Amino acid sequence: MEYFLELFLGGLTRGSIYALIALGYTMVYGIIELINFAHGEIYMIGAFTGLIVAGLLTMYGFPGISILAIALICAIIWSAAYGFTIEKVAYKPLRGAPRLSPLISAIGMSIFLQNYVMLAQTSDFLPFPELVPEFEFMKGAGSIMSSSELVIIAMTVLSCIGLTLFIKFTKLGKAMRATAQNRKMAMLVGINVDMVISATFVIGSSLAAVGGVLIASHIGQINYYIGFIAGIKAFTAAVLGGIGSIPGAMLGALVLGLTEAFATGYVSSDYEDVFAFCLLVLILIFRPSGIMGKEKTQKV
Amino acid sequence: MNFFLTAGCDSFAHAIKKSFLAAVWFAFLTFPILVIKVNTIQNTVVWHWQKIGYMALAIFFGSFVWRWLLARKELKEDATKKESRGEALLTKIQSNNTLKFGALAVLGLIAVLFPQVSSLYQTNIMISCLVYVVLGLGLNIVVGLAGLLDLGYVAFYAIGAYAYALCNMHWGIGFWFMLPVGALFGALLGLLLGFPVLRLRGDYLAIVTLGFGEIIRLVLENWGDVTMGPSGISSIARPDFFGIKFSISGSTTYMYYIMVGLMVFTIFCVNRLQNSRIGRAWLALREDEIACQAMGIDKVKTKLMAFALGATWAGMAGVIFAAKTTFVNPASFTFWESAIILSIVVIGGMGSIRGVIAGAVILILVPEYLRDFAQFRMLLFGAIMVLVMVFRPQGLISAKRKIYEYTASKTASAANE
Repeated sequence: MEYFLELFLGGLTRGSIYALIALGYTMVYGIIELINFAHGEIYMIGAFTGLIVAGLLTMYGFPGISILAIALICAIIWSAAYGFTIEKVAYKPLRGAPRLSPLISAIGMSIFLQNYVMLAQTSDFLPFPELVPEFEFMKGAGSIMSSSELVIIAMTVLSCIGLTLFIKFTKLGKAMRATAQNRKMAMLVGINVDMVISATFVIGSSLAAVGGVLIASHIGQINYYIGFIAGIKAFTAAVLGGIGSIPGAMLGALVLGLTEAFATGYVSSDYEDVFAFCLLVLILIFRPSGIMGKEKTQKV
Repeated sequence: MNFFLTAGCDSFAHAIKKSFLAAVWFAFLTFPILVIKVNTIQNTVVWHWQKIGYMALAIFFGSFVWRWLLARKELKEDATKKESRGEALLTKIQSNNTLKFGALAVLGLIAVLFPQVSSLYQTNIMISCLVYVVLGLGLNIVVGLAGLLDLGYVAFYAIGAYAYALCNMHWGIGFWFMLPVGALFGALLGLLLGFPVLRLRGDYLAIVTLGFGEIIRLVLENWGDVTMGPSGISSIARPDFFGIKFSISGSTTYMYYIMVGLMVFTIFCVNRLQNSRIGRAWLALREDEIACQAMGIDKVKTKLMAFALGATWAGMAGVIFAAKTTFVNPASFTFWESAIILSIVVIGGMGSIRGVIAGAVILILVPEYLRDFAQFRMLLFGAIMVLVMVFRPQGLISAKRKIYEYTASKTASAANE
């Protein structure tokens, strides 16, 4: 039972991280129908920024919890800046181009960013300091759940609630929903569509940065390559829930995280990533619109 | 002056200001990752301030070019598409039979003499370039002609390589028998993947093929009993000539001629396929899937053929790769290999045979000869993919379409090609 509980909590943690990244995919897809292939790299850049900032602060003797807060804020700022710039450079000039073009441009961007980080930093695995302090009360409760797992889950829940409220009630959120429904009509009623798209990239990238710092601190090492697998899995989660739908992304991420945790726990840990990919292939074949997605009729 | 004033800048000062802001923005953007190197174990920090200076300078001047190119692209979109000078020359050569055969004869002579006059090292590089030409032409069928974005193409390449490696290791089966068998394996796997993904469109297809490629790689890595896991299979036999074995330098030359032969065969087949019924169906499928179905084209058959035929050449190239390096391991078949092949197709010009050859020569040979530059190779691949998509989506050499022109004075139509 304890093993089951451990796997369940591990799956919950994984799912939360996937959810943070998947929200970015889903938001961008909902608005411009583009798979932002470089989104995983934003997550990676968030983790690297977190590492650099945390390393600097540790050296100057800042107290533990402030390091976490400042590293998170810096990661959010830079990831958001990268997301914003990527959209302006690689996607905006391609509005109205055939659908394959922005996708190839996104793949190019993803390759570029990985190699940029690899050349500027290193291709080796870098150790990441533990930023989340061990809480006192958790020690008594046994080793089932670490405090960093608790922080990850809490952060995800807070982000999801915040995002949902933002999209439901703010002016920008309403503009986003309008743009997602019909871009031309949104333009006609005076919505600055370019601004809405930029805002979408900024918000999605910020969430990915939070995920990047927290998961890096939880695992303890990072590499220029981490964005690729994380990005693919988050995309799987987004598709699983129905891409374009925000509650769908959260649900899909949880399902994927739990599936992976139980499959590695009870079947085999060698094939960890294979499960995710197989799940992705199966979903796309049998239910391409996902759990909460709507079937779309095609227009000629 | 006109150069600065295009792209929404109303004065020279405005253009300078825009570029200055871009430089500042990129300096901010690249600041932590480019400038600071932190070692959290030894607690040391290294600052590279000079890097950010170079970056800002490059962006300052680059942004002029960027805006100018964007403006030019917008202007061009309305004007009728003109051929570039290089393309016009190629067309001229192709339309004149004497010139065409002369050029072919010169190319053939160069190809035959190349291993005799160059070093072993050069021949080896040329072989890998030719392997990429074949891979590019194969992927060109799927992506360029049929418009199906396949990001897991390397899976078929891996199947060919592993099929030869395993059969050679266990049963000592030779290269010449395995070449067609590898092609067959590739085609079968292509059908196998083609079936489930028939319903998917565009970006979903891309992701599923990517996932499929990764599944194959992970299985190769983890199924240690059969594939020897990450350590791979070594001492695979080189090809022989009717039972005669060569020395290393002899077999490299031999390999080179096999590769030239295979490339010519591939070009011939792809050229014939392009103008066949199925080739036309692929083009129609690429342009508009629904309209294509409305015209009575069997979507299932057309897509499956594209996958299977594309994969056939990947299988053959895989067998050749295993025979050339005499060693295979899963690390040779990562997603990046797929990305390189895709960039060859995209940068060269989707759907154009000449384009794919040019793409392979530029992307494989140029980095090989600029050794010091090699670490920037993937960085440049990525950047070029973005730039090509933004400024020249048809690639370096665009595919020609047959155009029939009607003029009022001439009733006869002039075929152009």
